[in-house]
Amino acid sequence: MQTFDLEALGLRKLNSTLHEQIEDTNQTAWEVINPKGSHAIAVGLDSPIEVTIKGSTGYYCGGMNQKATIKVVGSAGPGTAENMMSGKVIIEGDASQYAGATGHGGLLVIKGNASSRCGISMKGINIVVHGNIGHMSAFMAQSGNLVVCGDAGDALGDSCYEARLFVRGSVKSLGADCEEKEMRPEHIQILKELLAEAESDAKPEEFKRYGSARNLYNFDVDNAAAY
Amino acid sequence: MCGIVGLFLKDKSLEPELGAMLSDMLVTMTDRGPDSAGIAIYGSDDNKNGKITIQSDTPDEVFPNLEQDIKVATGTKVSVKRKSTHAVLEMDASEVNSVRSALNKIRPSVRIMSAGDTIEIYKEVGLPKDVAARFDISSMSGTHGIGHTRMATESAVTTMGAHPFSTGSDQCLVHNGSLSNHNSLRRKLRREGVHIETENDTEVGAAYLTYKMQQGSTLGEALESSLKDLDGFFTFLVGTKDGFGVVRDPIACKPAVMAETDQYVAFGSEYRALVNLPGIEEARVWEPEPATVYFWTH
Repeated sequence: MQTFDLEALGLRKLNSTLHEQIEDTNQTAWEVINPKGSHAIAVGLDSPIEVTIKGSTGYYCGGMNQKATIKVVGSAGPGTAENMMSGKVIIEGDASQYAGATGHGGLLVIKGNASSRCGISMKGINIVVHGNIGHMSAFMAQSGNLVVCGDAGDALGDSCYEARLFVRGSVKSLGADCEEKEMRPEHIQILKELLAEAESDAKPEEFKRYGSARNLYNFDVDNAAAY
Repeated sequence: MCGIVGLFLKDKSLEPELGAMLSDMLVTMTDRGPDSAGIAIYGSDDNKNGKITIQSDTPDEVFPNLEQDIKVATGTKVSVKRKSTHAVLEMDASEVNSVRSALNKIRPSVRIMSAGDTIEIYKEVGLPKDVAARFDISSMSGTHGIGHTRMATESAVTTMGAHPFSTGSDQCLVHNGSLSNHNSLRRKLRREGVHIETENDTEVGAAYLTYKMQQGSTLGEALESSLKDLDGFFTFLVGTKDGFGVVRDPIACKPAVMAETDQYVAFGSEYRALVNLPGIEEARVWEPEPATVYFWTH
């Protein structure tokens, strides 16, 4: 285990050190101490290392992650795991707004609550939130799965495309063109695997699925000629 | 962007540290806005006097002989404590309004930063660390206070465009965001006789809350109605003589983090602002909900 004191050595040194780790590095486990809410911790990683941040983080922790497993033993600020490509980001506490925004792949687990705009414009990432999510979550979500073990706020899934949204609790309101969908066996299977990987003991059968009603302009074939 | 911070003390033993704690929080937020900075401190009300904080761009010309000139104009005994470009005038609480109108005549160039029983506002163009040092904020004690570091969008980078804004006795407001209906609301409030000095959006927000409270609303009710009447982005932090309140617009894209322990309630635009507070590891830390009013009073 390599320990890195962020307060003593600074952010640039941390991220460049983590970027230097190649695919088959022997230094696979890293611990970052004294994060103190700093921004852009462990951003742009590209190797299968494990980074544990001992404390709360600021903006964009774990952004653009590929292959790495990043764990925050605390809460995370806005834009956590933004545009993640692969790998795993785990937040032990709460996450602020737009967690997992625009993510293409990988798994984001938030063990507390997520704030507004969780999974906005998600493009293939899987997000599992053990608690609740805020308003405008999964706005324009394109693909991937958003799993919420608690409740969802206002305007869930507004203008979404093919992303699957699973909510166990209540949904305060659905956004434009978002509707409840039938739960089929393949959805139970997806949920079962995601919940197990996210260490949640929620039962797949307790969830409802939401997704696009495909009634907006861009879904109407008569408008195809406009492009 | 802008950075805002606030600290409301529950534990009296921390009161001598208020200025130091709040300055530290504000300096941490410097990179959210380097244009200007300001702090409002609510001191103790032990002597029951009233206070006016004034500012001048030419303090060496304006501040000398001020005590005597006010005495001649109003017959009121005033003590003047100068701090750089600002000065705090202390007088019998019943004389605050007469001194204020006298100042308009005998020192028309002076700007009123705040007036009331316990509030003092210090604000200037510059970085938080320079503004805090200039007014020796770290040495100030108090019960609660709020601070702001500005990245200007809606009006010029001037002392008067800096936050906090005070438009009523012991009331002040700091704001992260931008209001879009401030021009029409300013016209409405002026028609109601409300005095608004600048073209700044936040001052309209402050004047609106003051107006509502003059009409009989509590701080909580005034903040509630702001959600209906103000259009735009805002995270507001409001100070009154005995408390402070927080409200965010329904979209809530301007960040906010709060922490509460047995000793204090703290507010920061980011968690970074709170990390040096005592007992923060055990504090309840949360993000205030959109369109929800929070306030604490002593």
